[in-house]
Amino acid sequence: MPHDPVVEVSDLSVRFVNRDLDLQVVDGVSFSLAAGEVLCLLGESGSGKSVTMRALLRLLPDYARIGGKIRLAGKDVTTMTDRQLEAVRGPVGAMIFQEPMTALDPVFTIGTQISETIVSHEGVSYRQARKRSLELLEMVQIPSAERRLDSYPHELSGGLRQRAMIALALSCRPSLLLADEPTTALDATVQIQILLLIRSLQRELGMATIFVTHDIGVACEVADRVSVMYAGRFVETGDVADVIGRPAHPYTAGLLGSTVHAESRGQRLASIQGGPPDLADLPAGCSFGPRCSRHHAACDAGIPALEPVGEARMARCLRPLVMAAEAV
Amino acid sequence: MTDIDNREPVSRDFDLREPDTREPDSRDRGGPRQPILSVRGLRKYFPLRGPLGTINAHVQAVDGVNFDVMKGETLGVVGESGCGKSTTARLLMRLIEPDAGSIVLDGDPIGHGGITLRELRRNMQMVFQDSYASLNPRHTATEEITFGLRVHGMSSAKARDQALASLRLVGLDPTVFADRYPHEMSGGQRQRVNVARGIALNPRVLILDESVSALDKSVQAQVLNLLADLKERLNLTYVFISHDLNVVHHVSDRVLVMYLGKVVELGPVDRIYRAAAHPYTRALFASRLSMNPAVRVGAVPLAGDPPNPVRPPSGCRFRTRCTMAEAVCAVVEPVLSDIADAHQAACHAVIPGSGHSQAEAIARAA
Amino acid sequence: MSATVETGNVASTPRAAPKRRKTGGFWRRVARHVMRDKLALVCTVVLALIALSAIFAPWVAPADPYKTSMIRRLLPPLSPNYILGTDELGRDMLSRLLYGGRVSLAMGISPVILATLIGGALGVTAGYFGRHVNMAIMRVVDVFYAFPSVLLAVAMAGVLGAGIFNSLISLTLVFIPPIARVAEAVTTQVRNQDYVEAARATGASAPRIIVQHVLANVTGPILTYASSLVSIAIIISSGLSFLGLGAAPPIADWGLMLNTLRQAIYVAPINAVLPGAMIFAASVSFNLLSDSLRTAMDVRA
Repeated sequence: MPHDPVVEVSDLSVRFVNRDLDLQVVDGVSFSLAAGEVLCLLGESGSGKSVTMRALLRLLPDYARIGGKIRLAGKDVTTMTDRQLEAVRGPVGAMIFQEPMTALDPVFTIGTQISETIVSHEGVSYRQARKRSLELLEMVQIPSAERRLDSYPHELSGGLRQRAMIALALSCRPSLLLADEPTTALDATVQIQILLLIRSLQRELGMATIFVTHDIGVACEVADRVSVMYAGRFVETGDVADVIGRPAHPYTAGLLGSTVHAESRGQRLASIQGGPPDLADLPAGCSFGPRCSRHHAACDAGIPALEPVGEARMARCLRPLVMAAEAV
Repeated sequence: MTDIDNREPVSRDFDLREPDTREPDSRDRGGPRQPILSVRGLRKYFPLRGPLGTINAHVQAVDGVNFDVMKGETLGVVGESGCGKSTTARLLMRLIEPDAGSIVLDGDPIGHGGITLRELRRNMQMVFQDSYASLNPRHTATEEITFGLRVHGMSSAKARDQALASLRLVGLDPTVFADRYPHEMSGGQRQRVNVARGIALNPRVLILDESVSALDKSVQAQVLNLLADLKERLNLTYVFISHDLNVVHHVSDRVLVMYLGKVVELGPVDRIYRAAAHPYTRALFASRLSMNPAVRVGAVPLAGDPPNPVRPPSGCRFRTRCTMAEAVCAVVEPVLSDIADAHQAACHAVIPGSGHSQAEAIARAA
Repeated sequence: MSATVETGNVASTPRAAPKRRKTGGFWRRVARHVMRDKLALVCTVVLALIALSAIFAPWVAPADPYKTSMIRRLLPPLSPNYILGTDELGRDMLSRLLYGGRVSLAMGISPVILATLIGGALGVTAGYFGRHVNMAIMRVVDVFYAFPSVLLAVAMAGVLGAGIFNSLISLTLVFIPPIARVAEAVTTQVRNQDYVEAARATGASAPRIIVQHVLANVTGPILTYASSLVSIAIIISSGLSFLGLGAAPPIADWGLMLNTLRQAIYVAPINAVLPGAMIFAASVSFNLLSDSLRTAMDVRA
């Protein structure tokens, strides 16, 4: 069986250009993802994580200019026409969103939506598609699945809607699952249900998965690898245990230090000074420089390159907290 | 809610305390052991109207809530959608009129010949969740803050001074931010203006309703540090409502857990977080995301979705999802009772003499 | 522990504070956006020309608009002394169009202004107080809304009699319901925002909140809607005059001129159409300008 990566991205850049703005939103992102791997894109608002992920399926607005190469399951997506993309969205890569009401059409039942997707992509009869819809609803553990096939989205609770959306995404047997903060809007007890569900489905079906989130806890629960993004670039990538346990980039360290957790009670949080970067006005050198406690003059000279700092770890920093020599 | 036409001027500026002074607050009436807020029997049902305007059913948003808030503490309030925590906040602020129940502020009841609503507003303010809608898009930061001060009779010059002082207190340079509009500020800065608006009237209690939930984590840390500093300097008491269990753990002294309009557990933060008594509380905290990739959550702590507050289950409202539910739970509603020092829970399984088999075991073991 | 609250974080780090140029208040931003829109600029210029020439008609008009001349009837445009020709009674078209602009514009704008004041007040009150007050006001408004505007204007004019003043009243009545509806919708939206809750939490009275918080946020959409109504008002008022229910001869009014020149349409078609062209220009310009205003208000700077 060929073990080609499911996703190969090299030097991806996205620029938003229209009459009112001209922003480099993503710059020089490269990574690859094998089947069954879970990559987490971790970053705050404006880091470019959502745009990066949407670029993979070319789900960006008209004013987005994509540069670089994106290959999904061996096919080059960057040069595809819309018709060709239709064959990619669904069967190759599927996406789940933060707000299920935007992904589910309110005027059709869940069963209809899933079945129609299957019919249009796999060409089977509606009856067969409906049978498969039922299987999918059971796979995502929706109770009374038979009855729910005929429910409208607004008749379901938040957690069930999210499960229905996952079922819809899985309907075309994608090899790549893209998740854009799917649990951010959910209650704690529902969030853990959905995360565990995604984790088990991903393992069972062997899908490559990319998870976009701002929550370190989510990364810890689902990811194999983590890429931290800041101002449109990867600033650190590596195995999740390494990045969380011993962060190399000062931003990652700052993010971990400022995250509230069980042991931080009563103490002052080590916050990162300053505010999120203005993409229209980035410094000439390292984008994180103005806020970095380890900043020195050389950091302003130019944007640092992504350098290895350990085994399968990279950081975009001239003075990382973890050196290559320390590689275990 | 009328603006009582009583033009007594606000005479007090910010009474900034050095952290190690122990002079009593001049507004204190009952001493440190009297709760600053005492809530009993608070109830609010929202009617659901049918097509012709007739009332079909009620959303039992808050149903018989009792708790105290002690002076100088931070009381965390947690719960999921439909639990009633936001409604409780608005009931405390009297933005919504309760159907039943009493609120007592430092020994004085609110209404009924006690404290007027106007005096309540001087003593208790609310900080909202940041969104574009928490600040008036047409007002500058100063205008937004001076509004409340002018309502209470301050002259516009003095109000502006007070507003600038508030901005300074929350870490915003007045020369830069005084005349900025919300769209000219980042999320963290807007939230600081929210806080400045809340403290401008120099209240004793601040209700923080999801005040840091919409912020990026790095900004959230800054605002949490700010809130800790302000609490110390202005001698504030906080009621901190949030769905984020980690944040509540970080800031609270005591924690109140709500489920479907009722209080299910109340106690010191460490006890609640480590050794909760109520099965819902335990499941809730077991749902917290791990911060350690090596130690992940294994099984789902609580199945199903938070139920609908329109027709809650009989007896104990949690019994439909509870692994320990027994016959008595469907018949008798558990009352919030003391189960340990300063620790209360509303669960038959931990209240001796309730009729639940586990309670018998506890009673026998004791 | 230090006595100072951490202040440096946000303001003092030069790059840290988002560098936005001071975009200023709401109306300034709107004006700036409209200025950048070429179509809106053209419309503004056209309207300004029409308005100014109407206001300064006595000084700008080449001839007396009431002076008839039986020998010089229906002269075509570009005749000597009569740039736009003459009407069926020999009066100078250009002068009549300029003087007519005064009446037509006034009859278009005044009812909208009045209706905005009255309908706006009704809508904002209904929107802010909600429930019973809302029901009471809006159901009454709905009754009037049920009538087609032109028919209602005609009916009212029929009841009240013809004349400029009466048609002004009927037009105002026609426009109050839609403006009240828009005002109520926008106010209800604003009413539920957190900043209004915060204002209520300070103990402010309802009138104070409405004036200081709500009005500033609802005038934008209401004014946009009202400005789009001006174009309709101009057309309806011209229609009323055309039907003989508005301005009476010999007053110069575009709608009336359309009527009286009707018979001349085979003989002097250009003259007959000129008043219509003016109505068209004014109406479309208002319409496009209000469109631009609407997009300007949607833009988040």
